[in-house]
Amino acid sequence: MKKTHVAFFLLLAALCSLPLFLPRFYTYIAAIVLLTALLATSLNLAIGYGGIYQFHHAVFYGIGAYGTALMLTRTPMPAALGLLVGPLASALLSLVMGVICIRLSKLYFGMLQISLGSLVWATVYRWYSFTGGDDGIHGIPLPDRIATPDGAYYYTLAVTALCFFAMHRIVGSPFGKALQGIRDNPVRSSAIGVHVKAHQLVALVIAGFFGGVAGSLFVVVNNSVFPDMMFWTFSLEVLIMCLLGGMYTFFGPLAGASILVLLRVFVSVYTQYWSLLLGAILTLVIIFLPDGVLGYAVRRFRPVEGRRA
Amino acid sequence: MGWLANLVSTGTLSQVLVGLSRTTILFIVSSGLTLILGVLRIPNVAHGSLYMLGAFSAYTVISLLGGGLSAFLAALVIAPMIVAAFGFVLERGFFSYLYDREHLMLLLLTFSFALIIGDLVKIVWGSEYRSVTVPEFFQGSAEIFGLPIPYYNLFLLLIGPFIAVFLWLVINRTKMGKIARAAAVDAEMVSAVGINVGWVFAFTFVLGCFLAGLGGALIAPMVNISLGMDHSLIMEAFLIVIMGGLGNIWGALLGSLIFGLTQSLGILIWPQFGIVFPYLAVVVVLFFRPKGLLSPTW
Repeated sequence: MKKTHVAFFLLLAALCSLPLFLPRFYTYIAAIVLLTALLATSLNLAIGYGGIYQFHHAVFYGIGAYGTALMLTRTPMPAALGLLVGPLASALLSLVMGVICIRLSKLYFGMLQISLGSLVWATVYRWYSFTGGDDGIHGIPLPDRIATPDGAYYYTLAVTALCFFAMHRIVGSPFGKALQGIRDNPVRSSAIGVHVKAHQLVALVIAGFFGGVAGSLFVVVNNSVFPDMMFWTFSLEVLIMCLLGGMYTFFGPLAGASILVLLRVFVSVYTQYWSLLLGAILTLVIIFLPDGVLGYAVRRFRPVEGRRA
Repeated sequence: MGWLANLVSTGTLSQVLVGLSRTTILFIVSSGLTLILGVLRIPNVAHGSLYMLGAFSAYTVISLLGGGLSAFLAALVIAPMIVAAFGFVLERGFFSYLYDREHLMLLLLTFSFALIIGDLVKIVWGSEYRSVTVPEFFQGSAEIFGLPIPYYNLFLLLIGPFIAVFLWLVINRTKMGKIARAAAVDAEMVSAVGINVGWVFAFTFVLGCFLAGLGGALIAPMVNISLGMDHSLIMEAFLIVIMGGLGNIWGALLGSLIFGLTQSLGILIWPQFGIVFPYLAVVVVLFFRPKGLLSPTW
């Protein structure tokens, strides 16, 4: 564990120094990588640690972003409150959707969630007078301190680091262990007195909240929101990030998100056939590396006794 | 009470008939999806892409044969065959090795195929709109209750029940269909009595792909054939399948009816938010019947 801590702080220090030598555009990309990593890791809480088929995670990302954007553009409240309201709205939505979906399991859960999520998406997409419809909301006013690219980056870095710390603690806590027990064997967990549905519901709310935080960060970094953020194809893309990095490792989704976002930026310069490449990579990963890039590395390079499930 | 006035106006009936002809397309595509999901247990996200491939293939076949009714009818056979052949390659090349993977992996694998097929279509046909004119035979419209209904929509309304009966016959009256139903329940047992389950699965998958291609070919004269037509359809088809009960053909029919009608009537009642009604219907159905309206195969 000590080694992981050292590596974590080295990474943090490296990330802190990035804006000093990166051009403006790449600072922006770095911030997008960070918040996407946060989004993917929050999804992993539900799907990797909880074993819950959270198919429409992007809805919570979108509501976090829209909640923040609407607070900042339509109310005179202080910006800090707006940045908090977005994630709380996501957590609330997550609770409501969770209560409706939790009775179902696996594929049925996922499809009902997609249906509810599409309901939310369609409402946002059509409610021109309130959400701006398919145009979204642009030019969101931000406090001066986080309005500059560097300011936005450091804010994103700080919040992401804090959230990663919190999620790591949650995964390691007794609650997190119980959740993983439920994932591996729900019947046995329930037999030893763990309330399965309650644990899963709490996991969904936590995942939704951190997904919402990622959404509020997107508002800070990108200054705009649009309904495509919560379309179901984006949810599947976030799932791909988890899978690519490795679902049963904590930092897998971070690796997956970084790979995908950076690859997209660099590949799009050379070709318009990004989906083809993504599909090909995904096919290869599913067939040959079902536990992801990081999962594979852990399996390959860790001595047998040091392996974790 | 404005919406009530809208609902009882004369436009309602024509809206219902248009909704029903759209239901036909939804049914044809989602019956293929439900077949694949019920028997092979693959949540095939690429199904919508196969439908798009069917529409583009129909465009090419019709323009190669120079248009007209015979070219259109030929396209209705050839385009689904092209899609079915493509499906055969996918099944033998990839899925046949991956049946024991969990649903999530298969879902993501088929999503990656959807991404690949989407870009392949872009490479072959380019990114502009394509369109097919309705053959002369189907042009014009019939007067029903004093409302003009295009002949092509009537044709679609006729073909829907025909496909439903055909599928029912294939599944219940042929040996292959009976084996497929048995394999849906217990594939291991079926192979234990000496039946090559792999080929049954391949047959079912190819039949499902054929239906996706047929749906694409049938919709071709009604819409602009474009990239991205797969995304909206596949989600609708999945929701229909879940709403009707996994693997149940009649469930797919019922689900398509509910989806198509709430869609067309929803827009009539409340133009701005009409598109949320079908999703709402799915939520209501799954809330009261978590396993879908009719019994699922597994």
